[in-house]
Amino acid sequence: MRKLLLFIPLALFIGMGFFLWKGLYLDPREIPSALVDRPMPAFELPSLTEPERKLSAADLKGEVALVNVWATWCPTCKEEHSFLNQLAQQGITIYGINYKDEPVKATAWLQRYLNPYREVILDQEGRLGLDLGVYGAPETYVIDAQGTIRYRHVGAVDAKVWKSLEAIMQQVQGAGA
Amino acid sequence: MSRLLVLLLLVAPFSWSAIDAYEFRSSADEARFQQLTAELRCPKCQNQNIADSDSPIAKDLRREVYRMVDAGAPDTEVIDFMVTRYGDFVLYRPKVNSQTWFLWYGPYLLLGLGALIILFIVYTRKANRRAKPGGDNLALTSDERARLDELLKKDTKA
Amino acid sequence: MIPELGTYALVLALILSVLLSTIPMVGAHRGNLLWISFAKPLSVGAFFFIAISFVILTHAFLVNDFSVSYVANNSNTALPWYYKMSAVWGGHEGSLLLWVLTLAGWILAVALKSDDLPADILGRVLGVLGIVLTGFLLFTLLTSSPFERLLPRSPAEGADLNPLLQDFGLIVHPPMLYMGYVGFSVAFAFAIAALLSGRLDAAWARWSRPWTNIAWAILTLGITLGSWWAYYELGWGGWWFWDPVENASLMPWLVGTALVHSLAVTEKRGVFKSWTVLLAIFAFSLSLLGTFLVRSGVLTSVHAFATDPERGFFILVFLGVVIGGSLLLYALRASEVKSESSFGLVSRETMLLVNNVLLAVICFTVLLGTLYPLLIDALGMGKLSVGPPYFNALSVPVGALLMFFLGIGAVTRWRRQDGKPLVKQLVLPFVAAVVLGVLTLFWREGEATLWTYTGVILAFWLLNMALTDISQRVRRRSSSVWENLKKLPRSYYGMQMAHLGVAVLAVGIAMVSAFNEQRDLRMSPGESQRVGDYTFIFEGTQHVEGPNFTSDKATLRVLYKDKPYTVMYPEKRLYTARGNVMTEADLDPGLFRDLYVALGEELEGGAWAIRLQFKPYVRWLWLGGLMMMFGGFLAASDPRYRKQARRAAKQETVNA
Repeated sequence: MRKLLLFIPLALFIGMGFFLWKGLYLDPREIPSALVDRPMPAFELPSLTEPERKLSAADLKGEVALVNVWATWCPTCKEEHSFLNQLAQQGITIYGINYKDEPVKATAWLQRYLNPYREVILDQEGRLGLDLGVYGAPETYVIDAQGTIRYRHVGAVDAKVWKSLEAIMQQVQGAGA
Repeated sequence: MSRLLVLLLLVAPFSWSAIDAYEFRSSADEARFQQLTAELRCPKCQNQNIADSDSPIAKDLRREVYRMVDAGAPDTEVIDFMVTRYGDFVLYRPKVNSQTWFLWYGPYLLLGLGALIILFIVYTRKANRRAKPGGDNLALTSDERARLDELLKKDTKA
Repeated sequence: MIPELGTYALVLALILSVLLSTIPMVGAHRGNLLWISFAKPLSVGAFFFIAISFVILTHAFLVNDFSVSYVANNSNTALPWYYKMSAVWGGHEGSLLLWVLTLAGWILAVALKSDDLPADILGRVLGVLGIVLTGFLLFTLLTSSPFERLLPRSPAEGADLNPLLQDFGLIVHPPMLYMGYVGFSVAFAFAIAALLSGRLDAAWARWSRPWTNIAWAILTLGITLGSWWAYYELGWGGWWFWDPVENASLMPWLVGTALVHSLAVTEKRGVFKSWTVLLAIFAFSLSLLGTFLVRSGVLTSVHAFATDPERGFFILVFLGVVIGGSLLLYALRASEVKSESSFGLVSRETMLLVNNVLLAVICFTVLLGTLYPLLIDALGMGKLSVGPPYFNALSVPVGALLMFFLGIGAVTRWRRQDGKPLVKQLVLPFVAAVVLGVLTLFWREGEATLWTYTGVILAFWLLNMALTDISQRVRRRSSSVWENLKKLPRSYYGMQMAHLGVAVLAVGIAMVSAFNEQRDLRMSPGESQRVGDYTFIFEGTQHVEGPNFTSDKATLRVLYKDKPYTVMYPEKRLYTARGNVMTEADLDPGLFRDLYVALGEELEGGAWAIRLQFKPYVRWLWLGGLMMMFGGFLAASDPRYRKQARRAAKQETVNA
């Protein structure tokens, strides 16, 4: 009996080793969105292109779409922008949230690098970003036709990321239909 | 790839100059603010609370905490606000639920187990001693006594 | 050309270390004294080549050889020479080389200072150490060589050492820390040697003790330095954050403390033998685990080196081999061990068993809290965080229990102690402790909690029990008090000093946690703020140029009870190479309180955000740590060890 007890430390170590091995392939800094399967937070913010017009969560309903949080001060946003333009040309609906930025700079930036967004929400104070749980631009959300958040990706969207986003969008589309 | 990671870490902006000059209605409010910001984790940084981090998101979150504390919201409301938006990740004090009961109670279980082990060890030794005929076998034999005397003589010289 | 020599030196060291891992071990197994005798020269040789390699890397830093990528990433021509030298261990590859150098140093020490050991034990001990060294050299050469080159286009200028590391703390903290937890490899090697040879007797404990005590004392120093450094350097006045890397150094320390005590029992009473062996294995395993956690990217930490899963995998495999192998050996061999004596429920043996259990529980808590987020994530149950509130909530009560039993154990006899006389001895000191504790805290303005009282009362308790024990020993025979004091062995004084260090540490923790005051506010030149009995008057800032930075230096006049007391100069620095902004807090240190001032950002109208802190008894934290360290060194230096070790060795050779 005592002999068996002596194997306990080894057994515990093997168990721990297994988890450490799994941990090597996880990213401890990646946080999933806390808002998955919850509706887009309520907001009333002006549109960048038409400042007198107020946008709200209702304006994002109607179809499965992407919501991209971006800013002119964010270098990674510039990197992903051309890919977003491509997606827009393919017919993907993308809404933009201009996060903690200056409208004048943002407008100039979009003129220069083209505008893939159906609408651009002006979130100068970052309140909508806060309600969404944004912690670093760029972030891209997948929302369904009812405006419910289904997924969030933190970081630039490129061809590789798009593959998984596309799969999610199709899944959401299928489920909703 | 590893080189890129090295470079990224080198430019990662972690810094500790997160001093905001907020004015509080009372010192109790200030204390609450300090405690809450110490227990909320910065979602972006490498393991810092929002009180110490200078990243923009930490600043924003501190502002929110200040706003809520100043408006009189209780601690639970502030925490719920943060968790709703950022998930349990931002709590340095993990919630006590089915996922974390082992975290919170495991050490006490181990303590109880340890106490039992100590009692077990002591009582089995006592039992073993009683089981041996003639009681303790710690009495010296005459040979051992002779050796002991030798050693003691050597010891006092040393 | 020269950096390549560094690599070659490491390769030579690797060859020697492989030989060290095998020849003496086989020699010990076969009783071949010649083969065992190779161990010493092999150890010397390995150390020699590793030292050369380290010197070459240091040289590369000093001459600004930016063709070496590690130098380019961690240095800069404008960096002062003393920081260039310590930048050698500022990043992953270099600090790993420091690890290797430290290990080689301990191996050298064991090889040179172990003439008293039986040959086969020495052969096995150095053999085990050789295996560990081989693993680390392979890791360095295969995945983390500091001598990699950036050719043909090497940068003209380096990226500079992280400004946070440009500080005295970097010069002392990592080397001390490494010397400490690498030193547990010696206790580990002795334990494995004992298991392999089947000779798990009290003699093994006697040989192992001085090495373990010294490693423990150095680790205590390393951790204390880390806490002190973080405090004055980081600008937020904290001294322990339960960060995964901090925990990685604390866990070996906790088990090491249990080991130091358990070894004492094993040596003196011949009991707990297999448990002590297990502790020795655990202590070093936790050191290795720490190395894994810090360098694999598995946990997020401000201290972590940037690494990738490939390196993490290598270390994990190495861990598997070393720890798994030793635990397997333990499971197979430890049952052959028998206790040499017995003890009652109330006895010093039981008290030390309690000590071990409590320390193990705290270590388990730290391990659990550190790995829990990983565990939950790996099980797919989401992401959560475990931070200071958890660790404090759990370790404080158990720590209090530890202190309580420490006091009792101080006067408990070996083997059998009668309950009633013991309790009688305890009552007066306990009541006195409560009274003193309450008196000390009651009149003090601030938020003392139940735990504050507990901490201070228990500290007085330890003091009282120490005095009780000393007075008993000193009044024992007919000789005078002074003579009796002189007769007490050094190890006894070491023990008392270390235990009092615990009391001092507890006071520091209790007081600074309860009575710390912090104000963050906006101050314009001329404005003042009162914190406790101190008034701080902000006098504005000036621009200053440093060797590799520019800074805004603020002047704050401090009054104590309205009389001029001192002037403080916190700074906000911009390091030109990397563009980092750093705050350099200014401290007015004192035995009973620190004043701490840090500069935030400039606000409109020439005002600045300023943090003022009043930190009572914070220095007691590190004072306690230093006392523990001194106690450890004092105990290890007891000449009894060497005499007894020699006698035991002679006895061994006679009996063999």
